[in-house]
Amino acid sequence: MAENKQVGRGAAIDIRSVSKVYGNFTALDNVSLGIRPGEFMTLLGPSGSGKTTTLNVVAGFTEITGGNLEVGGSSVVGIPAHKRNIGVVFQHYALFPHMTVGRNVAYPLALRKVPSAEREKRVKQALEMVKMSDFAHRYPSELSGGQQQRVALARAIVFDPPLLLMDEPLGALDKKLREWLQLEIKRIHRELGTTFVYVTHDQEEALVLSDRIAVFNRGRIEQVGTGRELYDEPQTLFVARFIGDSTVLRGQANSDGTSTAISIAGETVTMDKRLPGNGAPVLLLRPEKLALRRRGNGQGESGLNRLSGTVTEAIYLGSGSKYEVRLKDGSTAIVRSPLGEQSFDIGEAVEVTFAGADAKLLADDSTADQTLT
Amino acid sequence: MQMRPMTRVLLGLACLLVAVWLVAPTLVVVPMSFNENKSLAFPPQGFSTQWYANFVNNPDWSSSFINSLKVAVLVAILAAIVGTLAAFGLDRMKSRASGLLRMVLLTPMVVPGVVLAIGIYAVYLDMRLVGTLPGFVLAHTMLAIPFVLIAVTASLEVFDKRLELAATSLGAGRLTTFRTVTLPLILPGILSGLLFAFVTSFDEIIVSLFITNPYLRTLPVQIYTSITRDADPTVAAVGTILLFTTTIVIGGGLLLFARERRT
Repeated sequence: MAENKQVGRGAAIDIRSVSKVYGNFTALDNVSLGIRPGEFMTLLGPSGSGKTTTLNVVAGFTEITGGNLEVGGSSVVGIPAHKRNIGVVFQHYALFPHMTVGRNVAYPLALRKVPSAEREKRVKQALEMVKMSDFAHRYPSELSGGQQQRVALARAIVFDPPLLLMDEPLGALDKKLREWLQLEIKRIHRELGTTFVYVTHDQEEALVLSDRIAVFNRGRIEQVGTGRELYDEPQTLFVARFIGDSTVLRGQANSDGTSTAISIAGETVTMDKRLPGNGAPVLLLRPEKLALRRRGNGQGESGLNRLSGTVTEAIYLGSGSKYEVRLKDGSTAIVRSPLGEQSFDIGEAVEVTFAGADAKLLADDSTADQTLT
Repeated sequence: MQMRPMTRVLLGLACLLVAVWLVAPTLVVVPMSFNENKSLAFPPQGFSTQWYANFVNNPDWSSSFINSLKVAVLVAILAAIVGTLAAFGLDRMKSRASGLLRMVLLTPMVVPGVVLAIGIYAVYLDMRLVGTLPGFVLAHTMLAIPFVLIAVTASLEVFDKRLELAATSLGAGRLTTFRTVTLPLILPGILSGLLFAFVTSFDEIIVSLFITNPYLRTLPVQIYTSITRDADPTVAAVGTILLFTTTIVIGGGLLLFARERRT
């Protein structure tokens, strides 16, 4: 707890080529993921992508059908969940309704035959850590959702597990509470030094909490990296669209090996980048890499790519503005301009400009579209 | 909505009529039990408590009462255990056969009692179980299991299985999880099943009539033989005692559950 705070007492996790097949449905398809001791790793993805299955596999609730799984350096395959010594926090709290908060938190200690004086001390510390000390004698039904989840968290950390798994723990709470609890979870992670594995479908939550994020799609991991890496250097279109806003453009591509020209509804953009593999690429642009200017307003800066379009939506965000621009080929560009820039009205004819270096060329895995919609 | 006074009066009268219709036959035994003469005439004549004294002092009555109590207690415990295990097993069964099995377990409720009684009698004759305590307990338990099964199944349906997953993650094995989490939470269901099982056995008459003999008689059998042989008002005294006991037991049970639900 707070006073025996130390770094590196979390367990490393090594998920190696793990598969989970139910009949003819593949929930996990050859998933590999290494998690460092003390790391905050988020498994992010849409529902049915395999993130919760991965969590259940690590917890021991689900047996794997292939591969190997190591926690803290030794294989846990075949070891039942109750012998794994891993803390789990569930979306629906799962507090025992017939026990008080204090007895709920003491439950794992009682199972471990911790002497009662020691037990009381640790329950008190755990409840202090989640700021629920005043509620030890209440029953779960007398608490709000956020309070229940904090008690569940205390119960999952009170026995000092080297690994804590959380399955969408804030999913049932309202936005304000969720944001506050995110910071609480971050603080607790920092103070405990335990390895945290966190499952969510909320990309913002993933960005706030995580050291690294693993993006899941259709039973596979698409990419693992820090939030910044996933935003700036997405390896697949799916990742690009799942994390942050993006403009995705398709067109006729021509490459001479070092640079690529793409023709989109009669307008051509160029960049010094090579095509990713074979087949038609997609052009990906983040909103803050795009700029707007009025059409027919001189030549402007040279070396910038231009696409003409019409403003269809203008949203004032306080810290700047967000525009949606319908381009000539019918696709929508999302542009974010910082505070103090010129403003545009809906219906205005504009040009969207960007530097070739800011564009990303990705293979068109249009299957990703289906999963997103 | 405001009710017209006339409507209200008519509605009240209708309710009263139904209530009298339902309860009156039961309440008739109360005045009859204080009859002075040895007859079951209604309205009774005079006042005496001699039939209550007879119930306590006459070994025919007191022993049959003790027998019923013994059988019913054993049946309640046995049926509660077997019924709970069955409900638990059926609840966790993934196969489609569970529906069929459940139906099989509920047949004692559906099959006409006489048919069941004939079958049991035939087997008991062979196995020398007629007029024995194990014979009564076995037969009544069979009849009582469906009640426990229904009550426990209902509480398992509202039981959140994710709590078991939580207990597992906290270090509890299967048995510990059942003992510390599942059992306490489905206990109200088990207890009401137990109560039903007790009552089922205590007032069972059809099967009992077949498998009874002069050495082992349960209270309903004694009441039946007594009333067919002579018009003994002790029957009314017994009826009155049973009426008040069951009212207190069931009422107490309901109160207990109501309090349980509030916390």
